[in-house]
Amino acid sequence: MKQLTLRSFALLFALSAILFLGACHKKQPPPPPPPPPPPAAPTASLTANPETIDKGQSATLTFQTTNATDVSIDQGVGTVQASGSQQVSPSESTTYTLTAKGAGGSQTATARVTVNAPPPPPPPPTTSMSDEQMFAQNVKDIYFDYDKSDIRADQQSSIQADVAFLQQHASISFTVEGHCDERGSTEYNLALGDSRASAVKNALVAAGLGADRIKTVSFGKEKPFCTESNEACWQQNRRGHFVYAK
Amino acid sequence: MNLKFCSNTTSYKSLVRPALAAALFLLTALPIFGQDWIKTGTGLGVEKIRIAVPDFKAANLDPRNTELLKTFNDTLWNDLNNAGIFDMVSKSFYPLGQIGSPADVKFESWSGAPPNAAMLVFGNLGSAGSTLTVQGWLYDVKNVASPQVLGKQYADAPTTQAARVIAHKFADEIIFRLGGGVNGIAETQIYYVRGASGHKEIWAMDYDGANQHPVTTLGTISLSPHISPDGSRMAFSSFTGSGWEIRMFSFDLNRIVSFPRYGGTNLTPAWSPDGSRLAFSSSRAGNSEIYVVDQSGGNLHRVTSSKGHDVSPGWNRKTGSEIAFVSGRTGLPQIYTMGADGTNVQRMTDQGYAVSPAWSPNGQFLVFSWMRHYGAGAPGSEDIYIMDIASKQWVQLTHDGGRNDFPSWAPDGRHIVFQSNRSGSLQIWTMLATGTNQKQITASGANSEPDWSWK
Repeated sequence: MKQLTLRSFALLFALSAILFLGACHKKQPPPPPPPPPPPAAPTASLTANPETIDKGQSATLTFQTTNATDVSIDQGVGTVQASGSQQVSPSESTTYTLTAKGAGGSQTATARVTVNAPPPPPPPPTTSMSDEQMFAQNVKDIYFDYDKSDIRADQQSSIQADVAFLQQHASISFTVEGHCDERGSTEYNLALGDSRASAVKNALVAAGLGADRIKTVSFGKEKPFCTESNEACWQQNRRGHFVYAK
Repeated sequence: MNLKFCSNTTSYKSLVRPALAAALFLLTALPIFGQDWIKTGTGLGVEKIRIAVPDFKAANLDPRNTELLKTFNDTLWNDLNNAGIFDMVSKSFYPLGQIGSPADVKFESWSGAPPNAAMLVFGNLGSAGSTLTVQGWLYDVKNVASPQVLGKQYADAPTTQAARVIAHKFADEIIFRLGGGVNGIAETQIYYVRGASGHKEIWAMDYDGANQHPVTTLGTISLSPHISPDGSRMAFSSFTGSGWEIRMFSFDLNRIVSFPRYGGTNLTPAWSPDGSRLAFSSSRAGNSEIYVVDQSGGNLHRVTSSKGHDVSPGWNRKTGSEIAFVSGRTGLPQIYTMGADGTNVQRMTDQGYAVSPAWSPNGQFLVFSWMRHYGAGAPGSEDIYIMDIASKQWVQLTHDGGRNDFPSWAPDGRHIVFQSNRSGSLQIWTMLATGTNQKQITASGANSEPDWSWK
């Protein structure tokens, strides 16, 4: 009982004190309500996985945003969810920029997907294939005048270029085909084509190539490169044509 | 054959025609230079024999006769018309009524006007069972007392092909009797190249273009067929994959038979008239030269030696001791002759681009293809010419444009086959050795390098 009384007393004291204290201050207006907290700024993150791809492969863009109402990725990806992932398959190295816009502003994040240059064509199974391609690219046919089988002055540079290439690629054997334009006799043109092929071979041998690497054949006017009846076409057909053999 | 030759030294266009046409030219005042008339002894150009050839009569009522008669009558008429020695009496002049046997012949109605025929060909055809029988007569209708020149009977299978063959045989009998003893050519064959770039095979056909059929099926480029004089083999040149080699086809075995490979570019084989040797062109030693081998390809020896290309040999078909050929030894190709051993080389043409010589069966003439004014920028026309070898005088035989090449003589010495693109595509043509009666005998595809069989 005593204890109860004590507590009641204390409470009473406290109440009195409050009243007293309050009576001691002047009455003041209530303080303004605190300003609402500023809206949180958006956050954004963007990652690419993998960061490096080969052409034709794809990468995954993973992104997370907060406090954003409008999330988009450039480079043609467009609007996306607030968080998620997106497959991309850029044809060349590309930097993706994610823009997250919200009441608190906007935030960007970037990720770069590096696209490796296409790999060189697989190496040919044997070295002779690349020899053949180089042969086709480097060896120039030799052109002739009408009814002639001597090497023209303006063809000497082709001969020299051919010799230079063929000396560097000593394993290559080849055939020189002699061709003629459509004019004149089938039979005589075969002999003329034979003579043209031989003239090319002789010029190559004279410049130092081994004769055993070079075969000759005539096609006369049997396999024309061009079938029109004019000088431009005829010139195309009057030639020593190089064909890779091995 | 009468030919009017122009001198080698004149560049005027020269023409050859039988006497009638030449007279026409005189009337039309065309200039004629250096005229020379040369008898060739083949009956061309002399007065033609006026011959009537009424359709043969059906010998019975067999229904197959109608078609067989049509084939037979057309073939016989064409053979005699093609022969070059007959003046065919137009059928519109013939008296009414068919004649199938000697009893039907009313001599005066044929020998008098309007037919005015000297000779009458008539007969009958009948099928019975598996046999086709043809009886044919050749009558000299002005010799009433003893008119029969020829009477023949043929039996074969009742097929149109057999009817054609019988007509050819009978025509050749008539031509032999009336053509100065020269065999007709109605049963001859022409070998030729068929195909375009990259794929050419050797084909054969009857002399009139019938029965075109392949001989080779090699799937490559085959050129320059030349049938042996006895007709048993054919030499030609073919691309083998590594080069051009002479190939040999046997008609007895119906296949390619072995022949040596010489290396280099081997072209243009040509038979000696006795069939014992071949001449051809080979670059086996570096430059295209003429070589001669025996008929099996052995005993190879070279007969020309020049800086230029020597190709396209052709033997003197009468003597077998000379060879005409093409050589570029002085620049553009020209025609030359030489002994078969390479001696005594003679240049025959003096300008332009001259190729493809063929020696006449009587040994007197060359035919060849010539662009008289040829060179870069001056394409000119390429025509067939005939040259009298002894005098080197020549006559132009084709005048109708296009490129005309590869003339080859028929065994009668009256006919020439050649290739021409004048009709828009490359085809085979025939003509008389006077340049008249030019006829296209192939029509489809590309056909070239004809070679006429020797018999």
